[in-house]
Parts: sequence; structure tokens; C-alpha cells
Amino acid sequence: MNLGSMGEWARIEDMPLVRVTVMLKPDLLDSAGRAVADSLQRMGFDSVAQARIGRVVELEVAEVDEEQIRAMASRLLANPVTEEWTYEVVE
Amino acid sequence: MRAAVLQFPGSNCDQDALHALRGPVGIEAEYVWHSETSLQGFDLVFVPGGFSYGDYLRCGAIAARSPIMQAVVAHAEAGGYVIGVCNGFQVICEAGLLPGALLLNRDQKFICEDVWLRAENSYSPWTSGVKGPIRIPIAHGEGRYAAHAEDLKMLNDEGRIAFRYVSPTGELTEEANVNGSAESIAGVLSANGRVLGMMPHPERACLPLLGGVDGMQILSWLNSA
Repeated sequence: MNLGSMGEWARIEDMPLVRVTVMLKPDLLDSAGRAVADSLQRMGFDSVAQARIGRVVELEVAEVDEEQIRAMASRLLANPVTEEWTYEVVE
Repeated sequence: MRAAVLQFPGSNCDQDALHALRGPVGIEAEYVWHSETSLQGFDLVFVPGGFSYGDYLRCGAIAARSPIMQAVVAHAEAGGYVIGVCNGFQVICEAGLLPGALLLNRDQKFICEDVWLRAENSYSPWTSGVKGPIRIPIAHGEGRYAAHAEDLKMLNDEGRIAFRYVSPTGELTEEANVNGSAESIAGVLSANGRVLGMMPHPERACLPLLGGVDGMQILSWLNSA
């Protein structure tokens, strides 16, 4: 484990990683996603029809507690008005 | 009337707000740092614009969970006055004081220009002094108001839409709705009309030297309340 460099992401041994993915609700215009799709199309990637941008938050936790993850996701990581979220335990 | 102007790391309209309140509006105003937990002695909370916490996670999300915001929620629940402008609007929505949220502008651009607003509500002190369309500056990248359909209906039914973006002659047009907000909404109110959140900056339109005084129509009542 290298802790010598500020800001380096070093996994902590034996801690499970929870990956929370937050996406804008599908019925809301994702203007940033649209800009990315437009740009890819301009670059010649004609197969791209749409793009959406979300956010990934990785949490290293002492234990995977679904209730806690739900609380964190719904109270801070995602805004329930405009966003929806899913999570996966990476290892 | 004594105002608390909140300061978060990354607030940048705090000085404008303090200056407008102490100067043209003419009330007492003091800064209150985000780590404070009490608003005792204050009648009004001004949540200013800026980029609190660098807009990390979502605009206003982290500021909304800072210690002072619990006091702001308690202040609002006790019938106190609150105004959130720009990032401050995002913060008080994130804190649950007002329904809805602010998304990236429809055309992805940061917009810095004057807009025209029409007051839609008749019973709030924030809107009752507004005559005709007023010209107020905006400066935001994420000001597209969005809310659940049932919340939009409730806001309409209860007369809680404070302001809509309109043309200079007061008409609702797609062009006037600069950021693509739901129903052209520029500002909303709490049920008691005392909490106002809005994207445009009334505190930047209080002196002729700054290009306009229409913001005083929103703020001047504070001096006689």
C-alpha cells in the first residue's frame, strides 16, 4: 500500500467496495449527455444514437449493510427528485 | 429585521448580499459561517450564490448538509424568513425547504445576462411589491428548475410560484425561458410565503450604478417589516 502521495487512491485491504451509480431520471433532459452524443457524432461515430452521463461513487465500507447504503444513496449521493441510483458490491 | 448572510466554502455572492442588505435595503446584516449551529437573533436568512463546496456531487448538496442548515430548517419551520438565491436556491432545495431541484441548463451553457421576471404569487411579502415585469441578472450553469408533476401541480394550485421568466413585455415564451425550466419557473415559495428560492439575483440589482434597481421591488419590504 502506497500512502506517500497525496490524493492517491489506494484500496484498503479487506474492505469491501460498494459502487453506487447515480443517473438522471430517464424522463428528464440530460443536456450534458446530449452534448456528448452530439460530439461523438461530429467525430464520426455514427453509431451513437444517445448518451447519458451519470456519476459513480465508490465507498469502502467496513461491512456491506444494505440499509446503510440505501440511506446514504437517498439522503446524499442521489437527489430523489431528479436522480435514480443502483449499487453493486465490487468485492 | 436582522439578516444572517450564510457563508459556505465557495460562496461568492455573500458580499453582494451583505452590501445590498446593509446599503440600499437598509437593514442589519451579519455573516454566519456554515459551521455555526444557531441563528438566534436573526429574522431573515440569506443563502447566497456561489459554488459552495465547488459544486461537488451536485450543486448545493454538501452545503445543504452542513451544520448551519439544520438551524435554517428550524428557523423556516418556526415561521422565519429565508431567501436562497442562485446556489442558495439549490442549497435550500437540497435541504428540503422547497420542492424541486435545479439541473444543467437546457442548452448546456453558463448564462450570464439580464432576464425579465413576472411575479406570479400575490400573498408573499417577497412578491407583493413587484410591479410589472422586472429586469434582474442571472449567472448560472445549473438553473433549470425541475420538480415532480404532483409538486408542480401543488405549486400552481397553492399559488407558490414566485417568478416566471418572461419576455420584456411580460409574456411567456420559449425564448424567454432561458434555461429550459419547467413551466418557465424562476423562483418558488414555501406554503407560508416566507421562504423564497430563486435563480436570478435581486441583490445585484439594487443600485443604479450596478445597472438596475428592480431587485429592490423584491427586497425593499424588509426595511419596513
